[in-house]
Amino acid sequence: MSFSWAKPYEPKHPLMRWLDERLPLPRVVYGAIGGGYPVPRNLNYWWNFGVLAGIFLTIQIVTGIVLAMHFVASTDGAFDSVNGLIMRDVNAGWLLRYVHMNGASFFFLVTYIHIFRGLYYGSYKAPRELVWMLGLVIYLLMMATAFMGYVLPWGQMSYWGAQVITGFFSAFPVVGEPLRIWILGGYAPDQAALTRFFSLHYLLPFVIAAVVILHIWALHIPGSSNPTGVDVKDERDTLPFHPFYTAKDGWFAGAVLLCFALLVYFAPNFLGDVNNYVPANPLASPADIVPEWYFWPFYAILRSFTADFILPAKLWGVLAMFSSILLLFFLPWIDKSPVRSGAYRPVFKRFFWLLVIDILVLGWVGGQPVKPLTVAVGQIAAAYYFLHFLVILPLVSAFETPLPLPRSITDSVLHGEEAEAAPVGSRPRRAKTATAVVE
Amino acid sequence: MRFILGFIGAVFAGVLLIALIGGIRTDISNPPPRVAADEFHRAPKPLHLASDGPFGKFDKRQLQRGFQVYSEVCSACHSLKLVSFRDLKGLGYDDAEIKKIASDWKTQVPSLNPDTGEEATRKALPSDSFPPPFPNEVAARAANNNALPPDLSLITKAREGGPAYVYSILTGFQPEPAELLKKFPDAKTPANLHYNPYFANLNIAMPPPLTSDGQVEYQDGTKPTVDQMARDVAAFLVWTGEPNLEARHAAGFAVVIFLLVATILGFLAYHQIWDEAKRGVRPTGPLDPENQAKTRRAKSKAGVAG
Repeated sequence: MSFSWAKPYEPKHPLMRWLDERLPLPRVVYGAIGGGYPVPRNLNYWWNFGVLAGIFLTIQIVTGIVLAMHFVASTDGAFDSVNGLIMRDVNAGWLLRYVHMNGASFFFLVTYIHIFRGLYYGSYKAPRELVWMLGLVIYLLMMATAFMGYVLPWGQMSYWGAQVITGFFSAFPVVGEPLRIWILGGYAPDQAALTRFFSLHYLLPFVIAAVVILHIWALHIPGSSNPTGVDVKDERDTLPFHPFYTAKDGWFAGAVLLCFALLVYFAPNFLGDVNNYVPANPLASPADIVPEWYFWPFYAILRSFTADFILPAKLWGVLAMFSSILLLFFLPWIDKSPVRSGAYRPVFKRFFWLLVIDILVLGWVGGQPVKPLTVAVGQIAAAYYFLHFLVILPLVSAFETPLPLPRSITDSVLHGEEAEAAPVGSRPRRAKTATAVVE
Repeated sequence: MRFILGFIGAVFAGVLLIALIGGIRTDISNPPPRVAADEFHRAPKPLHLASDGPFGKFDKRQLQRGFQVYSEVCSACHSLKLVSFRDLKGLGYDDAEIKKIASDWKTQVPSLNPDTGEEATRKALPSDSFPPPFPNEVAARAANNNALPPDLSLITKAREGGPAYVYSILTGFQPEPAELLKKFPDAKTPANLHYNPYFANLNIAMPPPLTSDGQVEYQDGTKPTVDQMARDVAAFLVWTGEPNLEARHAAGFAVVIFLLVATILGFLAYHQIWDEAKRGVRPTGPLDPENQAKTRRAKSKAGVAG
């Protein structure tokens, strides 16, 4: 969009010309995901996950709209409408539900990979701070949507999950308890909560879609980042999104959907909790209240705060859990290193992988029943999480000596294979700085 | 700002450290007590059914036997409210048989007397779901020492281990081990409960339902041992929880094959498109004016007449 060599949209068919003069929608699409968007030529497969997240958002919206046609949003009818009507009598209802259920998991999975790609390659740094922050807004909306969607089948875990999560708010002094009652529309999850969660669960995906548009819009101003983190310098550094990245995203999406299909058709309940096939019972809680896997790291942080120190332990836990996500908004200013890509940051790279392990450990702890050992491991892992972002990262970015960067994206791609890879008419350009400047 | 954030990080880490030390001290000075279930609870026994795995299909004769066990034994206390009589088609019964099963069912369906409007009951129809054995929860508890027999429609999806759990519970009743009482003298199975190591807290309210071989008389000649009856009813309850299992597996294979072909084609297309980029041919092809100019230049250089 902002590159001078981006190909302008030239409608050929008279109808498209007519349309372009009145409502240039095809022009927008062409510039966003067509031949008019130049993308760095060196993107690796970690750059495929943004498109995949968009695919899963679409899958969730389409299956969700049809499921909503058959869902009965009442405390008496919700469980039976999901497990009876939809799973048994609606045509392909079992497929819609299992796709929707596992689609949520895959949506989070690809989004997590997308976020970690951004963390490793410094995609949050200038000039893409707003892209990063809008992405975090999408992620927060996803969490809210997923939580409310999980309440809808009104199983045991739905009910007690709603009880626990809305209980977070009551940790805040004075306003907490009235806030919780206001959110639930009562003292405990009941009809009022179920109906409003259904309403919001239907609304929020469209809000997500709107923020996705802002996310992509903000991305297209500087253009996509790339594995070297080096800015695009000229046309040779880029390829048009279509057909190059549509082809790359296309086949890879097929491969991911294949994994998705294996889960949906052959192990649809693998990621779920058996307790949610028991109808909600406000009088008896399950032995362990555990959220879905994609919340486990945060759940582990919440449960790690077991000591009252000035503030009550519960308030510490809630504050830490919210902070663990909110601190990511400050990341562009926490990490001051001018080098974007972790590939050229030897110290940063080590700590990055430590963080990945740390979050996997937190995830494991969050899914386990509370035992002395898991709690202790969780506390160490949670402490590292905060130290990583708030102490280690600023220090690393201040003291680290990065490796030398390639002069350009094309340079990094060629690796001495210029004869094969260079565009027609271009001269081999590996060592001669002077000629490169003259060119 | 980075100092403020660093301070916040240090505070969270510090509070976690306090919690960690406090936790370790309590665990050492006051270790969590062990209960009998920690040691004597057992994971479900392995159970292999025809419906297992991606190629799984229901064994309809086994489902029919399991249905027979459900209707003659389990249905005395356990409802099956998500399943309708018409669904029994999936077990291989025909319409006439289903009609007969419905109308012969031991409990009737609540209805209204069409003449007086008074509450009444009528015989079940194929379109009805299985009528519950008790009219409501209070009645169910009153008849079962205040325990509520759970609905069985989804039981194999609602318990860890699924059908293996059902099979293990049904065949797991036994006297309480002397070793347990020696170690945990307070853990004696209370009156009205029954020791079963496959149940989470070891003591289940349900009395042993399958007590002797031959309790049910199978019509297909299979020997009705307790073990066989437990297997059959577990298989039946897989079907009640997941009646579309066969359709799901069949559709799954079609979808996986389709996606496999589409992905391979997509991969080949991707390679062709990117090979062109690597050779330097613009994706717009030989008609692109820039390419034509380049071709002309290259040809004049090589001395070939354009």
